[in-house]
Amino acid sequence: MAKIIVVTSGKGGVGKTTTSAAISSGLALRGHKTAVIDFDIGLRNLDIIMNCERRVVYDFVNVINNEATLKQALIKDKRVDNLFILPASQTRDKDALSSEGVERVLNELADDGFEYIICDSPAGIEHGAFMALYFADMAIVVANPEVSSVRDSDRILGILQSKSRRAEKGERVEECLLITRYNPERVAKGEMLGVTDVEEILATKLLAVIPESESVLKASNQGVPVIHDKESKAGQAYDDAVARLLGEERDHRFVEVEHKGLFQRLFGRK
Amino acid sequence: MSTVENSMLESQPPSSFRLKAGLFPLTLLEVQGLDRQSFERELQLKVAEAPAFFQQTPVILSFDADARGDMSLAELVELCRTQGLVPVVLRGGSEELQQQALQQGLALMPEGRSRAAKAEPEPSPAEDVPEPAAPAAEDEPSAPVPGGGGNRVITTPIRSGQQVYAAGGDLIVLSSVSAGAEVLADGNIHVYGPLRGRALAGVRGDTGARIFCQSLEAELISIAGDFQLSDDLRGKLWKQPVQICLSDQKLTVEPLA
Ligand SMILES: Nc1ncnc2c1ncn2[C@@H]1O[C@H](COP(=O)(O)OP(=O)(O)OP(=O)(O)O)[C@@H](O)[C@H]1O
Ligand SMILES: [Mg+2]
Repeated sequence: MAKIIVVTSGKGGVGKTTTSAAISSGLALRGHKTAVIDFDIGLRNLDIIMNCERRVVYDFVNVINNEATLKQALIKDKRVDNLFILPASQTRDKDALSSEGVERVLNELADDGFEYIICDSPAGIEHGAFMALYFADMAIVVANPEVSSVRDSDRILGILQSKSRRAEKGERVEECLLITRYNPERVAKGEMLGVTDVEEILATKLLAVIPESESVLKASNQGVPVIHDKESKAGQAYDDAVARLLGEERDHRFVEVEHKGLFQRLFGRK
Repeated sequence: MSTVENSMLESQPPSSFRLKAGLFPLTLLEVQGLDRQSFERELQLKVAEAPAFFQQTPVILSFDADARGDMSLAELVELCRTQGLVPVVLRGGSEELQQQALQQGLALMPEGRSRAAKAEPEPSPAEDVPEPAAPAAEDEPSAPVPGGGGNRVITTPIRSGQQVYAAGGDLIVLSSVSAGAEVLADGNIHVYGPLRGRALAGVRGDTGARIFCQSLEAELISIAGDFQLSDDLRGKLWKQPVQICLSDQKLTVEPLA
């Protein structure tokens, strides 16, 4: 059985695509056959972060409209076996995503033996975001530690548990929270919400806290999902997230302000 | 109840379940016409008015004797489900209809129970939300009266953008009410988590209604139309367990001892 996971947020620019790229790569690195679908029709950028934009011939909408087969449109990742990207169309608009079409593509992926299907949602709560979450078994709700982002996440959680296919069947969508662009120093100064504040407001399970990190920007410029960067804290935090998704217990790191020890101060290493 | 007696005859009660008589408010959907398209359109509009109210709400179906149209019971049930209503019981109906209901896994309930009181003018925030119907229970219940039987219990967080209304009774929320969410009741409102959204008790004018919450962080509190905004509420009792009631036509916030 394929598990369909939507990465969603409501608010834009919080780190959904970064998260979709990292989590899908992480799952595939651990041997799970994984597909990641860009639902952001018209604004595609998953393929850029995954460094395959030059190999896009057919896209998600082509498959939905039967202009190409799923096999033709899926792009195999160059770095990780078991990872496939279904890019968004740049020219269509979001209404091109019909519910029947999306369902057909998801079913076909499941029949092809994909274990995880990651749906990278567009921002907002309009049709595209709705299509991305409608079929989900699980949602990773991405939030930045600030009030407006948290409010939007709350809203999305409400929609998820009332409007998704599972909700219609009287079931719950498994939900978890991923806080990203977290900066413990700024939290300590009271400029950002802390992890416990966010958890308390959203009353849902915490999957991971990803620190604000320059390595993310570097990674997306190079087209290498940040989880491949073993040195970076963001990469390590995403690796923890994937481990937790697969049932491992791991402590949350990078949540407290680091007090540099004497040794570190003397030698100036981060 | 014979089941209970049987289990008492055997020395050990069953450990895997308990049977209890329950009295639960249910919404009654009286079908007046069976034209598929207009039914679908009208139901969609109705649901859009108060989406939270229709979140997996169990309903009793009953049919007007002169309901005309081409829709089968199976189609009707399917339509309801896609809109978040979960038909559970068919009340009355012809033998043929009852046969179809059994095929759909619905329970049957004889006609002639006490009918729910006809709708009074609805409060504006949740206009036209269906009245609670006769509770589905063993004993003949009296129809719910405002502040009486139509209680609703919600166990999951009520999130920003959602609205939940307990018509004809109390609303009990075992979790939190988010900022941007709205809870309404004809009777009292109990929130066993933080209350961060808007809470309106006694919306049909019951001045004796109260609001109880574990942590007062509300955007708005209203009892029988008298309201206060969060700025007025941010006093000593902010984020404290409180009850709020109307005394001498004034909203009063008191600590929950
Ligand atoms: N942990 C992080 N540290 C620093 N920058 C980050 C981090 N996560 C994301 N960013 C940056 O934030 C920006 C938005 O990220 P991303 O595109 O993943 O967001 P999104 O939610 O997918 O946006 P959209 O809503 O437009 O689809 C990017 O420039 C990205 O590099
Ligand atoms: Mg994106």
